[in-house]
Order: sequence, then C-alpha cells, then structure tokens
Amino acid sequence: MSTQYLILFFFCGLVPLAVMAYFLGRRKGRIFKEEGRLSFLSQIDQFGWYALTWMILPALGVFVLAFLLHILGIISVPAVILLFGALTVALAGLAQALHSISPGLRARQKLEKVIYFFLFLAAVISILTTLGIVLSVIFEAIKFFQVVSVWEFISGTQWSPDTAFLQGAERAGEEAAKPQFGAVPIFAGTFMITFIAMCVAIPVGLLSAIYMSEYAGDKVRAVAKPLLEILAGIPTVVYGFFAAITVSPLVVRLAESVGLEADYTNALAPGLVMGIMIIPFISSLSDDVIRAIPQSLREGSYALGLTTSETIKQVLLPAALPGIVSAFLLAVSRALGETMIVVMAAGLRPNLTMNPLEGMTTVTVRIVDALTGDLAFDSLETLSAFALGLTLLLITLILNLISTIVIRKFKQKYE
Amino acid sequence: MNNSGNTSSRRLYKRYRAEKRFKSLCILALCLAVAFLVTFFATLISKGYSAFRQAELRVEISFTEQSRQMPLAAVGDEVRYLVSRGWLRKVPRMLKENPELMDTTQKYWIVAEAEVDQYLKGKANKLRPKQQEVLKRLEAEGRTRLAFNTYFFLNGDSKIPEIAGIKSALIGSVYVLFLTLLFSFPVGVMTAVYLEEFAPDNRFTQAIEVNINNLAAIPSILYGLLGLAIFINTFGVPRSSALAGGLTLGLMTLPVIIITTRAAIRAVPDSIREAALGVGASRWQMVIHHVLPLSFPGILTGTIIGLAQAMGETAPLLIVGMMAFIPDIPGSFTQAATVLPAQIYTWSSSSLRAFESRTAAAILVLLVLLLLMNFLAVYLRQKFQRKW
Repeated sequence: MSTQYLILFFFCGLVPLAVMAYFLGRRKGRIFKEEGRLSFLSQIDQFGWYALTWMILPALGVFVLAFLLHILGIISVPAVILLFGALTVALAGLAQALHSISPGLRARQKLEKVIYFFLFLAAVISILTTLGIVLSVIFEAIKFFQVVSVWEFISGTQWSPDTAFLQGAERAGEEAAKPQFGAVPIFAGTFMITFIAMCVAIPVGLLSAIYMSEYAGDKVRAVAKPLLEILAGIPTVVYGFFAAITVSPLVVRLAESVGLEADYTNALAPGLVMGIMIIPFISSLSDDVIRAIPQSLREGSYALGLTTSETIKQVLLPAALPGIVSAFLLAVSRALGETMIVVMAAGLRPNLTMNPLEGMTTVTVRIVDALTGDLAFDSLETLSAFALGLTLLLITLILNLISTIVIRKFKQKYE
Repeated sequence: MNNSGNTSSRRLYKRYRAEKRFKSLCILALCLAVAFLVTFFATLISKGYSAFRQAELRVEISFTEQSRQMPLAAVGDEVRYLVSRGWLRKVPRMLKENPELMDTTQKYWIVAEAEVDQYLKGKANKLRPKQQEVLKRLEAEGRTRLAFNTYFFLNGDSKIPEIAGIKSALIGSVYVLFLTLLFSFPVGVMTAVYLEEFAPDNRFTQAIEVNINNLAAIPSILYGLLGLAIFINTFGVPRSSALAGGLTLGLMTLPVIIITTRAAIRAVPDSIREAALGVGASRWQMVIHHVLPLSFPGILTGTIIGLAQAMGETAPLLIVGMMAFIPDIPGSFTQAATVLPAQIYTWSSSSLRAFESRTAAAILVLLVLLLLMNFLAVYLRQKFQRKW
C-alpha cells in the first residue's frame, strides 16, 4: 500500500470520528446544561471541540512519529498496522476526553493552550526553513570539499568538471584529465554580469525615484509608479526570453557595426536586462527613503536659495544615503542570485575575462546545469552545485547583514 | 559693482542650467524605463500574436484499411508533407470510434505543418519551391485558412510544434499553486498571528523576525536546492511532481504571506482589541472573532500577490525537475508535471523556429494571468480596505 493511500485512508477514517467526537462532547455539555450544572467556565461548543482535539492530536502524533521513524530509516511500521494503531489511539483519546468532561472542566483554557502551541509551531517552520536550506547545502558541500580542497575551489582558475562523470563510471584512464573545480572564473562571470546590471539599475532607478519624489506632480506619480512596478512583476523567465531572443542579437549586431566581435552568449545582454529588472527594486526603496526625509530639511535648503537639484544633491541625498546604500546592497544580492535570465541568455562555459562581449557563466547557471542533467546525485559535479549554492547563500546573507547594519547604524532620527 | 552683478547673474544662469540639466536627466531615466517597458511588450506581442492563429488546409482524408495502418497514406501525395503528422496520427483512433467512416473519403480542415504555417504567415520557411507552388494553388482554390489556434489551449506539450499546446502546463501550474496555497496560507497566517498577537518579546521571537526577513531575501534557486535535498532525497517525494514543486514554492511564498499578513493585522486599531478583551473575550477569541475578520481583505491581497510571484517562478522548479516533457495532463499530485514558466523555458531552448512564436504566445498567456491576479488583488484592496 502506497503512502498516498495510507494518508487517504487515515483521513477518511479520522473525519467521521472527528465529527462524532464533536457531537458526543457537545451532547455531554447539553446534558450538563439541562441539569443546570453548567458553570460559566466552558460553553457547550467548547466541550465538543475539546473532545475532538483530544481525539485527533494523539492520532496525528502517532502518524507523525511513524513517518519520522520511517524517514530516519529506523523502522518502517507496516501501513495497515499503523492505520489501525492510529485509529485505536484516536478512539482511546476520545474515550479519555469524554470521561474527563465534567461541569467544572476549563475546556476553553485547555483548547487555547493547544492553539497557542500550534501557532508557535507555525512560527518555528520559518526557522526550520532557513535551517533546512543551510543544512541541505552544507551537507552536500562538505561531501564535495572532502574531494576538492576549499582552497582549490576558491582560488583555482580552471573549471572543467566534464571528466567527473567519467571517473564515476570508472572509465577514467591515466590519460583522462583530472576534473578541476576552480570557481574563480564562475565568480568573475557572476560579478561581471551583476556589475553591468548595477550600472543600468542604479542611475536609472535612483534618478527616477528622485524625479517621482521631488519633481513629479501627483498625476505623473500615479501613472509612473505602477508602470515601474510592472517591471518587478514580470517573471524572470520572460526577461530571459527577451534577453536571449532580442537583446543578445542586438548586442552582437551593434558590436559588429563598430568592428568588435561578440558572442551570442555575451555577458552584456543578460546584464542589461537584469539591470532593467532591478530598476523598480532600487527606485521604490529609494523613493521611500527620500520621501521619509522631513519637509523641514527641504524648506531650510530652499530658504537659503538653493535650487531643487542643489537641494537634492547636497541635502537630500546625503540624508538618504544609508537607505540608498542598503537598497543597493539588497539589489546586488538579488542580481547575484538571479537565475533564469542568465540561464537563458548567458553562456555555459566558465571564462575568465574582462570583456563583456564574450560569453561567460555564473554561479546560478552552473547550479542549474549540474542539477538538471542526468547525472547521479552523488557525482562530483552535482555536489559542486551545492558548494556553489553554499557560497551564494553566504554572500547573500553577508550582504543582507551589512545592509541591516548600515540602516541601523546610520539611520537619521528626525524628531 | 556692475561687474560683480554680472558675475553673480552669470553664476545664477549656470546654476539654473545645471538645474534644468539635472531635471531632464531624471526625466530621461524615467522615460528610459518606460521605453523599455513599451519595447518589451511590443516585441512579445509582435512575436507571439501570430501563434494564436494556426494555418489549416482543406484536405480529403480517405479512410481505408491502409490508412488505418499507415496514417500518412490517408492523404494524397501532393499534400502529404504539408499537413501535420500529429493530426494524421489520430486517423486510426477516428476509425475505431466511428467504424462507419471506413472506406469513405471525407473533407476536413486539417492543421498544417509548421513550415506551411510559417509560409502562410509570410515568414521565413524551409519549404521547397515545388511545395510552395502547391500551396499557392491551394490558396487560390480557397483551401487554406488561418483559424484561431484552439490546439494551443487544448493540447499538451508535443515535439511537433504545430500541435504543441499549453494545457498540461496550465493544469500543472494550477496543481502547484493549489498546493502552494494549501501549505503557505495557513502556516503563514498562523505565524503572523503568533508574532503579532501572542509572541512574548524575547530573543527567540526576535530570531524568528530576523529570520523571516532573511528568508525573503534568499535567492529562489536555493529553495530549489532545499527542495531537492530535503523533500526529494530525504522525504522521498517523487521528483518532477506537483507535490515537490508545491512544497518548495510554498516555503518560498511563506515570507511574503507572513510579512503582508503582519502588516494587515497591525493595521487593525488597538481599540478593537481592547474592546473585545474588555467584554471578557480571551486573547484567542479576540483574534478569531475580531482581528482576523477585519484584516482578512489585507491578508487576501497579500496572498494573491504571493501566489502571483510563485506562479512566475521558474528556477527552483527546474531544480526539483519540473521541466520534464509532459504531453498529458498529470493525474495526481505525485505524477510528473510541468508548469507554465517551465514550459516557456523548454520551448525557448528548442531549436525549431516554429516554437519561438509559441514561446512568446505562452508568455503572453502567463502575463495576462499574472495581470488578472494583480488586478484582483488591487480590486479587493480598494473594495474592502477600511480607514480607521
């Protein structure tokens, strides 16, 4: 019996039992009421919910426990036994609950304790998610670093994992080249594309934010802001298609017209498109920061005879700088982790170069490439994806941390 | 005196010029962004709209024993390679369902081959001169037409471009979004309620809050790694299944829902809470009877926006294997499925030219769906938002 059916049967059995428990509990409550013994401590419904909770919780507990045991590989309880075991426990729980229902029972308080517990559990899931990401990446990365030294990974300039699968198949002879995992070219490509993206996003995003908050009237603002936000809502796979089909050939043709040679997988096209994707990110964050500056600063500056642009450059921007820097850092971390645009428009081949017209690859491209192929899960190339993922995670977390610190340390407090 | 007046007015002139320059620079930046948006949509629409129409040919099909075994024999030599192989494959099934068709000839409008489609739409194609002549004659006889491309919406993926459609991807997207909602909505709302209404102000609570902000900034591809390592390799969720994708996207959408729900809950004024507690409600009763119903429109808006984000997400789904070739609609949550963005990705990497316009058309469908979701969110917010 597959897990699917097990879960189905389990819930099919539990639902009628739950309904029954609710009505049994309620009936007891009603009897108390008719006898005039019901105190103000609980209401009739709450007895029903009480019985229902005390039935379902133990059954769910048994189920989860068996599931955990199964996952951890300690013991696999046969499905039928588990099913009947869980339902028996449910019935026992129900009997105990009905037995304990008395006029003086504080059913509501007990129920609310259970509810608090579940709310708390939900909040813990977010922590577990982070933990899951960190652990899943670290475990596989450790396996990778047992074979390839950390130093080789962060300082090597050759990335040629292609022979890794040959070794896995034990076909590698003496003459086959040893796979090399030097990640420098990959990071160089990532930073190059991020740099290009930032060169587009920062000026355009910041200047549009300034225009919208300082120059534009309400009408222009009401139109321009949602328009920019459309850019943020477009899925990245669509940007990727646009970069690959339209921008890349355009870049190649432009380069040819000035006598340069460009690859179709050049870094410029994904960089430019990624920059456009990030514009709304920078503009909306900067807009918020600039608008949060109190009007008195502007008025003081105007009173001294400064023009609007002088006010912006000499008063507003310095005041908004911490916010803008933190927006910039968040935008960088977003650009580093962006996947679809580079997967579709950038190259696959690691290439250590300063020329944005050549093809180069990024961390995310290598991750996708290693994990969507037909490689075995424990092959070295697959594991290398997790090592790259770990570096990406670390960089992202550090950038976030710096941006939080910048905001907290340098944020101006206006009374 | 005169001299200094002159310099100061010249300086003023310079400063005003700088002011104008700066202002036009700002306008230029904004225009640049808007101009990109316009070119972007213009490109997609011009590439994609033609895929909504499909070339068809009026062809005689002869239902014989031979054509039952070799569907290609059902049509005349002349048009054999001009009509879609994908359509002809249906001939044996048609015969099985309607045995009375046997040994008759019927006229049908049949989907044309992809190159014919390109030719009739006036695009570059690989048809030989002879085939083009035949087509010209058919055109003169009125036996060609461009009809609305129903196949695009009613078929699943196919290697044959003219009969490839987005139905299985759309259904896959619905499955995944349903699971995402099922998982992230309750957990997200419960977390938000806990943090806003119940959590004690201690280190652990602060850790959760910092953590949620961090989660929102983690690149989506890392959620894919989590899905692969934990859900698929540890929990044994089938690879490529809607369940794996839904769980992964659920975790990804969680921070969005938590953050928006918290904002919605915070917008409910304290007087409501105090009034509820004042008449003897417990904290939980206050939340479930007053705070949650009042903040529900805000929660709903945030959830729809989070789902729209999840719908356009591709990278983590590629990692959990949801880019498989899926010609049929998946029957359950544990069967291999694909989603609309992943379908766009696989089509866009196809070398066949005919897939390019289909990719653009699929993108248009995706964008329209996302637009609808966002409009719904804005509409709900405007309709139910209360000012306190």
